Amino acid sequence: MKRYGEHRIPGRLFVVEGIDGSGKSTQLTLLHQWLKAEGFGVVFSEWNSSPLVKDTTKRGKKKQLLTPATFSLIHATDFADRTERNIIPLLKAGAVVLCDRYIYTAFARDVARGMDPEWTRELYGFAVKPTIAFYYRVPLEVAMKRISDARAGFKFYEAGMDLGLSNDPDESFRLFQGRILEQYEKMIPEFGLTVIDATLPIESQQQQMRQLVLSKLTQARQLRVAP
Amino acid sequence: MKETYGVVLPNMGLHDLVGKLIVIEGTDGVGRSTQMRMLKEWLEQEGHAVLDTGLTRSGLVGKSIKRAKEGHTLGRITLSLFYATDFADRLENEIVPALRAGFVVLTDRYTYSLIARAMVRGLDPAWIRNIHRFALKPDAVFYLRIGVDDLIPRAVFTRGFDYWESGIDLYSTEDMYESFRRYQTALIEQFDKLAEEFQFEVIDARAEPHAIFQRLRTAIEQLLVSPGPVQAAAPPAEVAAAAGLSVVPSPISIGERAERIAERHEKA
Repeated sequence: MKRYGEHRIPGRLFVVEGIDGSGKSTQLTLLHQWLKAEGFGVVFSEWNSSPLVKDTTKRGKKKQLLTPATFSLIHATDFADRTERNIIPLLKAGAVVLCDRYIYTAFARDVARGMDPEWTRELYGFAVKPTIAFYYRVPLEVAMKRISDARAGFKFYEAGMDLGLSNDPDESFRLFQGRILEQYEKMIPEFGLTVIDATLPIESQQQQMRQLVLSKLTQARQLRVAP
Repeated sequence: MKETYGVVLPNMGLHDLVGKLIVIEGTDGVGRSTQMRMLKEWLEQEGHAVLDTGLTRSGLVGKSIKRAKEGHTLGRITLSLFYATDFADRLENEIVPALRAGFVVLTDRYTYSLIARAMVRGLDPAWIRNIHRFALKPDAVFYLRIGVDDLIPRAVFTRGFDYWESGIDLYSTEDMYESFRRYQTALIEQFDKLAEEFQFEVIDARAEPHAIFQRLRTAIEQLLVSPGPVQAAAPPAEVAAAAGLSVVPSPISIGERAERIAERHEKA
């Protein structure tokens, strides 16, 4: 079993992190389009999407069966399935792999739910270290505004309602996301996250992102899909 | 007071877990379930409320694990984490509430089996141990030990070679006998190491079920009379009910009754 930082595989792994409403998914979609157009073999892997584990997670959430511990472990199981069957084989084959949320999301959420920080890091000890981990930093109020414009209401776990911080979903979401932001700030130096100012115009954020990604791809011609 | 192996889960609260946690460990086919049945019956007749539980029975993931295994498609890290999730679910939702209500919790396998399986599958020993650091330290662990040469006839003449008990995900060989032998040998080796590390009470599983039961009974009797007898914590009925448990009262004297249970089970 190779641990974080020990994998030597030809592909490249780029991940985006940030709270809901930071605009990270928008940025990743734009990057995806660009890499495809440039002729790179690029694959997208979403958080919480393993076909084997997804149903359990869904049921646990719907019936509110999950505690902080089982919430943490079931997400790690999902991530392990994607890592073993998807991310590692793709990187071995030389692909560019893009992940919307990665282990840092788990660290932020699990610790915000009261799990032991060291334990959560060990839990994901098998993860591949990303080539670049982008962190889209945004003030809580800006993120809240973007979300409330886009959709109505928060889901139970998303708002951290399981923690009993507040009976009001909006207030609970705010308190919970505030805790998560704190965790992200701590992780910037710990994991060398690349910070992007997510209050800047979408275009200039994307330009920065493409430059940084390109600098990691120039020596990797084999990553291109044959014309 | 109960302890964990180093990590305490949120809201667990260890100070009021007054029940006793008793673990029966061992590889496949050593007769664990027979002993579990006899022990439960005996303990209940003695007036102890008993929760019996085992691996992959949790409400959250038990079924999913079974289904995923049918497809033989789980990676080794994924499988280990799936088991750990199931274990955490049972610990939080069954074992801890029962201990809080003063039950004797008998568990057919515990975290050690999961560690042993992961190690046989080549996972990092430190990693898998660290993940299981949230487990409660049991009051006693009985390891029913058997060598592979004694185990094989039992498997052959009872249920045959099971795919997973033969480590079907590990060996590409088509020879079930060969892979069963290799897998069980590797498992026993890991269990022997864990027995030392975690100080299991080792019991020779080649003995007659009756004799094994007598040994377990004597050891458990001692455990139950030692400081803080289980009955001392009169279980609040609502706690027990919330955990979906029922209390079986009526304490009766020890001794012959146990013998009778053993004999009856042997006949059956």
